[in-house]
Amino acid sequence: MASICSVLPELLCKFPAIDEGMIRLARKTIDDGFKGFVRSYGDAIDTVVQPLQWFLNYLEGLFVGSPWIVILVLMVAVVYFGSRNINITIGTALSMIAIGLVGLWNDTMITLAMVTVCTLISILIGIPIGILMARSERVQAIVNPILDVMQTMPSFVYLIPVVMIFGIGKVPGLIAVVIYAVPPMIRLTNLGIRLVDKEVLEAADAFGSSTWQKLKNVQMPLALPTIMAGINQTIMMSLAMVVVASMIGVGGLGKNVLQAIANQFFTVGFLNGFALVGIAIIFDRTSQAFGKRLQKHSEVIHG
Amino acid sequence: MASHAIEVKNLYKIFGPNGGAYVDAVKKGMGKAELNEQHGHVLGLQDINISMPAGAVTVVMGLSGSGKSTLIRHINRLIDPTAGEVLYDGVDVCKMNENALREFRRHKTAMVFQKFALLPHRTVLDNTVYGLEIQGVERKDSEKRARGWIERVGLKGFENHFPNQLSGGMQQRVGLARALTNDADILLMDEAYSALDPLIRVDMQTVLLDLQKELKKTVVFITHDLDEALRLGDKIAILRDGRVVQQGTGQEIVLSPADDYITAFVKEVNRGRVINVETIMRPLSGNAEGVPLVTGTVLESAARTMTAARVATAHVVDENGRPIGALDLSAIISAMVTPVSHDDRKAA
Repeated sequence: MASICSVLPELLCKFPAIDEGMIRLARKTIDDGFKGFVRSYGDAIDTVVQPLQWFLNYLEGLFVGSPWIVILVLMVAVVYFGSRNINITIGTALSMIAIGLVGLWNDTMITLAMVTVCTLISILIGIPIGILMARSERVQAIVNPILDVMQTMPSFVYLIPVVMIFGIGKVPGLIAVVIYAVPPMIRLTNLGIRLVDKEVLEAADAFGSSTWQKLKNVQMPLALPTIMAGINQTIMMSLAMVVVASMIGVGGLGKNVLQAIANQFFTVGFLNGFALVGIAIIFDRTSQAFGKRLQKHSEVIHG
Repeated sequence: MASHAIEVKNLYKIFGPNGGAYVDAVKKGMGKAELNEQHGHVLGLQDINISMPAGAVTVVMGLSGSGKSTLIRHINRLIDPTAGEVLYDGVDVCKMNENALREFRRHKTAMVFQKFALLPHRTVLDNTVYGLEIQGVERKDSEKRARGWIERVGLKGFENHFPNQLSGGMQQRVGLARALTNDADILLMDEAYSALDPLIRVDMQTVLLDLQKELKKTVVFITHDLDEALRLGDKIAILRDGRVVQQGTGQEIVLSPADDYITAFVKEVNRGRVINVETIMRPLSGNAEGVPLVTGTVLESAARTMTAARVATAHVVDENGRPIGALDLSAIISAMVTPVSHDDRKAA
């Protein structure tokens, strides 16, 4: 290397980085600016997201406060009527009983409440953005790179501004989870609508459908299988992310895992890990079976 | 409802980002290949002038790529023209604004598609009410009308089936019922029967002809099949490379094809089922002899009647039974066989 550098001018050999002082200055300016922004608007933002906090607390109180047997019966009922599959239902009951036996019932309820809220918010945000993306090439061109950043940026990095604005607690955790979990919802809604059969759309046009009628009668129903896959992905990613979110004050199974890492509690770590796997599989199988059932009309194919 | 005619006037369609710029060049005689090579635009339709009579079936026939599906999509403006007019009841469809166009599509037109284009998540009944639902007609009323048409197209009992549970022929009956339930004046049929197998196709043609006898809608029917065109069409227009090569009644096209292209088509036609007795009759000289044949009888059934009656001569009568002409079996046979000249032209 040195031999090449002796021939080359220095500029081409050693990368001409910006002066360190300058970088320090820029860093300080941006950090101070952001801190100033948080100082002046932090309270306002807190007020805006306050309803989320209430909803989250309410649901958590409901899940944790109800007798376990009520929750168990409810869950089994939801799973059965969602999937209409006896195997999934029995599996759900067994895994929830196992979770309760090892003393993780309350933590599981907290995580369940968190994942439920995160999924609902992701759906509420994701579907409209997905629809907008499907309708306009320009929106798609703008949103796609943002989604790429959201999905590839290490989650610890965006925890920094979230914590700076909201401090430690459930709401910042929720926001971190939604940032991580919403991209598949948006992408698959967009994809689903774009894949709708052009001929059927043309027919809807030929009968004089308005834009809203087309969306309601044709695009959304036909995109539903893909959208269901998006919801499924969102649930899975929320579950994965609640562990990371425990670093900023989200309770439940994630917190136990975090403590297990810190203290090298092998058994505790795996028990909590398996509890997460258990709920993940319950959610996944149920939502998939439900999605399939919605598509019943496409089952009987006639030549 | 009184039907209205559709007038297509000087219609041009050039596909590409800047189609309008080349209309003049095309008018001056630039061809399809030239336009594509030099400017990267595709000539879809050029100088289309067709008047589609009210209450009659106009068939637009052509092979794939001839522009027939493009043409029918101009009537309800699923495709915007580059230049020209489509007049319905004196109004240019091409100049309608978005709202007027939507109302026109809702109330004046109904369309049947080659690949059926039914909503897969809706039952037969829910598919059939689609047009009325879009119009905002109350469910009770729309359902009653839909059930009526479902029965008319022979699908009674299948109201709650999903399209995927039906065969192709049955799915197209749903498509037809959906279009008819709209009770629109114009019925657009885009290769509606092309995806069906031959027997079912003939069956569906019969359904359409029977319905048309009482409905008298202005039907525009697209097909690539000349037999179908001759069976259904009160008027036929033949397209090639986006241009009308000949238009007229089936008789005119079979008896005097405009060029080699049409001759090649016509050669394969069963002439006995197309040509009418009055087309080949000679003027009446003396008394009317043999069996009477009403005008509009095709040669095949004329020959059948005459052989059954064991006579070699017959006379043609009009609707009132008044003799207007005469013909004999040899004239019928010579008209039924494909003229030698057609074979020559084909070979040349």
